[in-house]
Amino acid sequence: MGLLTFSGGIHPYDGKELSKDKAITVYLPKGDAVYPLSQHIGAPANPIVKKGDKVLVGQKIAEAGGFVSANIHSGVSGTVKTIEPRMTVSGNKVNSIVIENDGLFEELDFSKNIKPLDEMYREDVKEAIKEAGIVGMGGAGFPTHVKLSPKNEDAIDTIIVNGAECEPYLTSDYRRMLEVPEKIVTGLQIVVNLFDNAKGIIAIEDNKPDAIKKLRELTKDMENITVNAVKTKYPQGAERQLIYANTGRQINSSMLPADAGCIVHNIDTIVAIYNAIIEGRPLYERIVTVTGDAVKDTANFNVRLGTNAQELIDAVGGFNIEDPGKIISGGPMMGKAMFTLDVPMVKGSSALLCFREDIVSAVEPSNCIRCGRCVEVCPGRVMPNQLATLAEHGDIDGFLKYDGMECCECGCCSFVCPAKRHLTQIIAGTRKQVLANRKK
Amino acid sequence: MDYTMKISSSPHIRDKETTTNIMGKVIVALMPATIFGVYNFGIDALVTIIITVLSCVVFEAGYQKMFGLKVTIKDLSAVLTGLLLALNLPPDVPFWLPIIGSFFAIIVVKQLFGGLGQNFMNPALGARCFLLISFTGRMTTFTYDAVTTATPLAELKAGESVDVLSMAIGTIPGTIGETSAIALIFGGLFLIVTKVIDFKIPIFYIGSFAIFIVIYSLAMDRGFDLTFLLAHLFGGGLMLGAFFMATDYVTSPITPMGRIIFGLLLGLLTFLFRIYGGSAEGVSYAIIIGNLLVPLIERVTVPKSFGKGAVKHE
Repeated sequence: MGLLTFSGGIHPYDGKELSKDKAITVYLPKGDAVYPLSQHIGAPANPIVKKGDKVLVGQKIAEAGGFVSANIHSGVSGTVKTIEPRMTVSGNKVNSIVIENDGLFEELDFSKNIKPLDEMYREDVKEAIKEAGIVGMGGAGFPTHVKLSPKNEDAIDTIIVNGAECEPYLTSDYRRMLEVPEKIVTGLQIVVNLFDNAKGIIAIEDNKPDAIKKLRELTKDMENITVNAVKTKYPQGAERQLIYANTGRQINSSMLPADAGCIVHNIDTIVAIYNAIIEGRPLYERIVTVTGDAVKDTANFNVRLGTNAQELIDAVGGFNIEDPGKIISGGPMMGKAMFTLDVPMVKGSSALLCFREDIVSAVEPSNCIRCGRCVEVCPGRVMPNQLATLAEHGDIDGFLKYDGMECCECGCCSFVCPAKRHLTQIIAGTRKQVLANRKK
Repeated sequence: MDYTMKISSSPHIRDKETTTNIMGKVIVALMPATIFGVYNFGIDALVTIIITVLSCVVFEAGYQKMFGLKVTIKDLSAVLTGLLLALNLPPDVPFWLPIIGSFFAIIVVKQLFGGLGQNFMNPALGARCFLLISFTGRMTTFTYDAVTTATPLAELKAGESVDVLSMAIGTIPGTIGETSAIALIFGGLFLIVTKVIDFKIPIFYIGSFAIFIVIYSLAMDRGFDLTFLLAHLFGGGLMLGAFFMATDYVTSPITPMGRIIFGLLLGLLTFLFRIYGGSAEGVSYAIIIGNLLVPLIERVTVPKSFGKGAVKHE
C-alpha cells in the first residue's frame, strides 16, 4: 500500500524552508489589543465588560451568543478603552472590544480552573472547552464544543488531528508538533476519551519526517493512537480529503465529518484543549507564522490574540521592500489578501505571508483551451472549467447539476490553469450566491 | 504605516505553465517529424511549411485587427495550427493551396466560432478535409523522388506488398509530416512525459485500432498478419493523428472516461474507413467525426463528484 492520500491535488512550491527552522518565540503586544466579537462561525459573542473596566490576561470579556458561538478572553491586562466597529482581516468592520494594554500581562489565577482529569465527567471536559472559548484554529473557526457534541456519539470512532499543514509557507503546526508533541498527544487523549468507541489518528504529511518520528515515539505504547504519514500534496489537510485518506470514507458538502464517524481538529486547537483542561488557561494565544520574500526575517510567533498585524511585521524587522505587492492572512492557496495591516490577530489567523510581488494581478486571463488540468487536480472531482462557464452565464441550475456546491474552494484549479482563468473565484462567487439564497 | 498592496481572491499563487508554453511544447514535439519531412521531401516541403504557418498567423492577426479584437498570435496557437496543416499536405502543392487551407482553418473553423478554445473541430484537420474534398487530385497525388507514386497504404489496400521498415523510418511518399512513425512516436512520448497530453487518447486510439485490424486479419483467414498490422499502424496519418490531432485539447473530451471512449471511437472509425471506405486513408475523417461527438461524450461522462451518494457511517 502506498501513502495515504486522495485523488487530484497539486504540488506548489511550499516555501516552508523560509520559516520551518525558526523556533516558536513569544511575542507580547505593545499596543492596544482588539477583540472582534465575531471570530468564529455562529452568533457573535456578547461583551461582558464595559469601557473603563480593568481586565487581566485570560479574563473572559465576551460571552458566547448562543450554542454555536464562543467566549472571548483577553490576552493582555489593561483597561477597556472602547467597544466599537473595527476593521478585520475579512475586510468587514466588526464590533470589537478594544483594550488599552498596560504592558504588565498580569494573569488571572488559572490554577483554580484546574480539576484532576480523572475526576472530570465528559460533560465537564466539554464545558471546560466551551468555557475556554476554543474554536477550530485552522481558519474556519467552528466552535470546538459543538464539534464534540455530535448527534450520535457512539458512531464517532476516529478523532483525526490535522497535522498535514498542506498550505505552502505555513509552519506553525510543524513547530507545535516539534516543540510540544506531548501536549498534542495528551490533548488528543482527552478528546478520544470523550467517546466510547473512538481512537485517535495524528495525520502528518511525509515532508515532516522529524515530526512524524517524534510523535510516533511518544505514542508507541498507546494502543488507541496512531500516527499516519500522509502524502505531501495540497490540499491533503482539507477536512474531507483528510478523512478519506485516513479512513477511506467519503462525505459530501451536505454532510458533516461526524457522518463519517470522524471529528477533525487542527494542531493548535488540540494544544488549546490541552491548555484549557490541564493548565486551566482559556484560549488567548496562538501560533502565527510571519513569512514570505518581502519581510526582513521570518518567525513563528506565539501571539496574544488581539495583537495588531503591523506589530508582528515590525517584530521581524519590517519589509525589505518599500511597498510589498501582497500581504496574505493565512496561506497562499486559501488565505485572504489584506489591504491594511491595522487589523488584529484572531483565533483563525495562522500566518502573515508577505510577497514582494503579486502574481495574480500580473497575469491576464485568456480563453479556456480545455486542457483538462483543472478537472485532473480537482479534489472534489467536479469540472471547474464547466462550473466557471456556467457561473459566468448565471446558470445556477446548471451549476448545481454539475455539483458546483461540492467545490471546497481549495484553489487548485486556478493554480494550474494555463489560461490563467480565475476559476476558484468565479465558482466561489456563485457558491456564495446559492448559499445566500438558501438562507432566505 | 500605509502600503498599497494589492488584493484579490484566493489562491494567490499560480503555476508557471501558460497556454503559450503548452503550444510551444507541442511545436517542439513536432520538430522531429517536421525536420524529417524536410529531409525526406526537400526544399518544397520547407516552402510549404513556411507558407502555411505564415498565412495562418497573418489570417489570425488580420481577422482580430479587423474586428477590433485583441491580437493573440503570441499564444502560438496559430503557428501550431499552421504547422499541423502543413504536415498534413503533400510537399509539392502549389503555393495557393496552403493559403486557402489556412483561411479555412483560422477564419472559418476557428475565428468564426469565437477563436481559441471555441472551435468545434480541429482547425488543421478541418482544413485538410476541406482541401481533400475541394482539390482531391492535388491533395492525393504524391510525388516521391520525382516520380508520382501511390502511398504504401494505398498499395496495401490494392493488395500489394509494402516495406514496413521504411514506413517506420518514413522514407516513403505521403504528406510532409506523416511519413515517419518513429519521429512522431518520439514527439508523442515527449508530450506524454512532459504531461502536455494525457496518454489515454493515443493509447486507446492506437490500441483499439490495432485490435480491430488483428480481428479483421483473423476473420479474413489471413492469420496473425504482423506486416499488415504494422503497415496499418505506421502508414497514413495514424501516428500524427493519434498523438497530435486527436489530443487537441479544444476538440477532445476533458473528462477522463470521455477520453477513453473518444480513443476507442476513433480506433473503430479509422478501422471502418480504412478497410471498408473508398479511400486508403481514414484518420482525418475519423477524428473530425469524433470531434463533433465530443459534447455528447462529455455529457455522459461527467465524473462523479467526491462523496456523491455517500452514506452515513453508523
